[in-house]
Amino acid sequence: MSDAVAKPSPVPDEISAPFFDGARQGRLMLQHCTACDGWSFPVRERCPHCFAAKLEWRAASGKGTLYTFAVMHQVMNPGFAGSVPYNVSQVDLDEGVRMVSNVVGIENASLKPGMRLEVVFESHDGTVSIPKFRPAQQAGA
Amino acid sequence: MANQPKGSIVGLGVTPMGKIYGRRSVDFAAEAIALALEDAGLHKNDIDGLLINANIPNDMDPRAQMTLGFENLSLINVMSAYGSTAGSMMQYACMAIREGLAKTIVLVYADAPLTPSRGAGASYSGPHRFPLGGMTGLKSAYGDFGANLGYAMAAQRHMHLYGTTEDHLGIIAVGQRQWAQLSPWAQMKAPMTMADHHNSRWIAEPLRLFDCCLVSNGAVALIVTSPERAKDLKQKPVNVLGYAQAAPGDNLNSARHPAVETGAKKSGEAALRMAGVTRADIGSLQLYDCYTYTVLVTLEDYGFCAKGEGGPFVADGKLGPGGALPTNTGGGQLSGYYMWAFTPLSEAVVQARGQGGARQVPNNDFTMVSGNGGILNFHSTLILSPHTSG
Repeated sequence: MSDAVAKPSPVPDEISAPFFDGARQGRLMLQHCTACDGWSFPVRERCPHCFAAKLEWRAASGKGTLYTFAVMHQVMNPGFAGSVPYNVSQVDLDEGVRMVSNVVGIENASLKPGMRLEVVFESHDGTVSIPKFRPAQQAGA
Repeated sequence: MANQPKGSIVGLGVTPMGKIYGRRSVDFAAEAIALALEDAGLHKNDIDGLLINANIPNDMDPRAQMTLGFENLSLINVMSAYGSTAGSMMQYACMAIREGLAKTIVLVYADAPLTPSRGAGASYSGPHRFPLGGMTGLKSAYGDFGANLGYAMAAQRHMHLYGTTEDHLGIIAVGQRQWAQLSPWAQMKAPMTMADHHNSRWIAEPLRLFDCCLVSNGAVALIVTSPERAKDLKQKPVNVLGYAQAAPGDNLNSARHPAVETGAKKSGEAALRMAGVTRADIGSLQLYDCYTYTVLVTLEDYGFCAKGEGGPFVADGKLGPGGALPTNTGGGQLSGYYMWAFTPLSEAVVQARGQGGARQVPNNDFTMVSGNGGILNFHSTLILSPHTSG
C-alpha cells in the first residue's frame, strides 16, 4: 500500500487469540454457548444470553446480510488518510450476531442494506488477518 | 395532591460558550456555579451536595471539590451514563434530598476540549494509541473511530427502512439555527438555509457537518433543593415532576434494533406517567441532539409521531420558531452549545421560568427533556414545570 502511515493493526490478546488465529487460517470464529446454543460477538467470558461461562469458539458460516453502513469522510487516524471515503458497515451474520466490518469489492455508492455478503480475509502487515465482507458471489448464498 | 414535585431547580448558571481558551474545565465549572448561586440567591456555604458529570477532561473528578472550595458536603459523586447523565444526576439529587442526605445540591457539567490549535473534530477523536489489543484493535483496523460513524449507520438504517431523507434531517438543523438566532447564549447565529445544510461537507454519510453537534468550552451548573426550601428563594422554582431512565442494551444480537428503537420509548412513557401528564400537555421539547437524527428518533420513541414517520412529521418545520411543537428552543447542541444533556436541561429551566425572551414558548406548563448517551444506548427523561403537579 502507498499509505504513508500504516493502518492500525490489532494485536491479539489472550481472550481474542482464537478469533485472530482462525482469521489467519481463513475462518471466521465466533463464540458459541454450549449451554443455550447462542452465538455472540465480539469476545466475553460469559454468554450474553444465558450468562453461563460455557463459551467455546466455533467457525461461523461467514455469510450474512448488510444491516447498515456509513461512508466515512473524516480522517481520524493518519493510517486512513489515503482511504477516505471508506465504508464502515454492520453485517448481520447468519448466526444472529451483528459485527462491524468493511464491505470490499463494491463501490460505496452501490451498497444497500439487505444485500447478501460473504467473508473474505485481508492480511494486515503479513501477520494479522482481518475479516471483511464482499457481495455474495453466488445467488442465494 | 397526587403528584408532589420530586425536587425543585432554584439556580441556573451558564458560562459564555465556545472558543474561549486558556481555562480548565474546573475553572468554567466554578464560574457556572458562581452564576447559579447568584441566580438562586444562595452562598457557597449553603451547598451540601456536589454532583459532577463525568466526561472527557480529567479535572472533573471528585477532587474538583477542593479546587472549587466546597467544605462540609454530605453528598458527592461523579456520575456517568454518558450523554444521559444529567437526567441521572437529577434523579439522584431529588432522591437524596427526599431521603435527607443533603439539602441543596449543585449539579455541574464543564468541558474545555477546544484549543487554538485543535478544532472540534480532533478534540473528540482523542489521542489514539497503537497498537490496540484484541477486539478494540479490530475496530480500529476497520477505521471505526468516534461517535459520528455509529450515528451515521443508525440514520442510514432509518432511511433504508422508512424512506427518511436528507431534507428531513436538514429541516431539524435549519429550525434549530432559527431558534439559536433568538438566544443570547447560542454559538452559531449565521442564517442557515436548507441549501446550506445540503452543501455542508460530509462527515460520515448520510450525516453532514450541519447534522452534527458543536463542541464547546464552557460549563452549566444547576442548584436543586426541596420544593419547601425552594419557596423562599429568589427565582420562581422549576419543579421536577417526572423522571426516568432506560438502557435497552445492545449485545450485537441481530434480532434487536437499537439504531431505530431507543430507550426513549420506555423512559418517556415512565416520566410522563410519573408527572401525571400526557404528550398533549407538553409545551416544548428540549431533546438531546448530538445529531439531527437523534432528534428525529427521539420524537418517534416519545410517541409524538409513529415509528418511521419522524421525517414527514418534522417536514413542515413544526419544531422551529412559530411551529406547533417548539423543540430545542435555545438552538440545542447543533447551534446553541454542547454541554451534553445540560444543554437541553438548561434551556428547559429558562423556558419553565418564562425567561426565554424572544425565544420564550407560549405554553411553558410542562417541558419534556431528554438525555442520550453512547450510540443511542442510554436514555433519560425529565418533566419540568413551574407548577407543583401535573
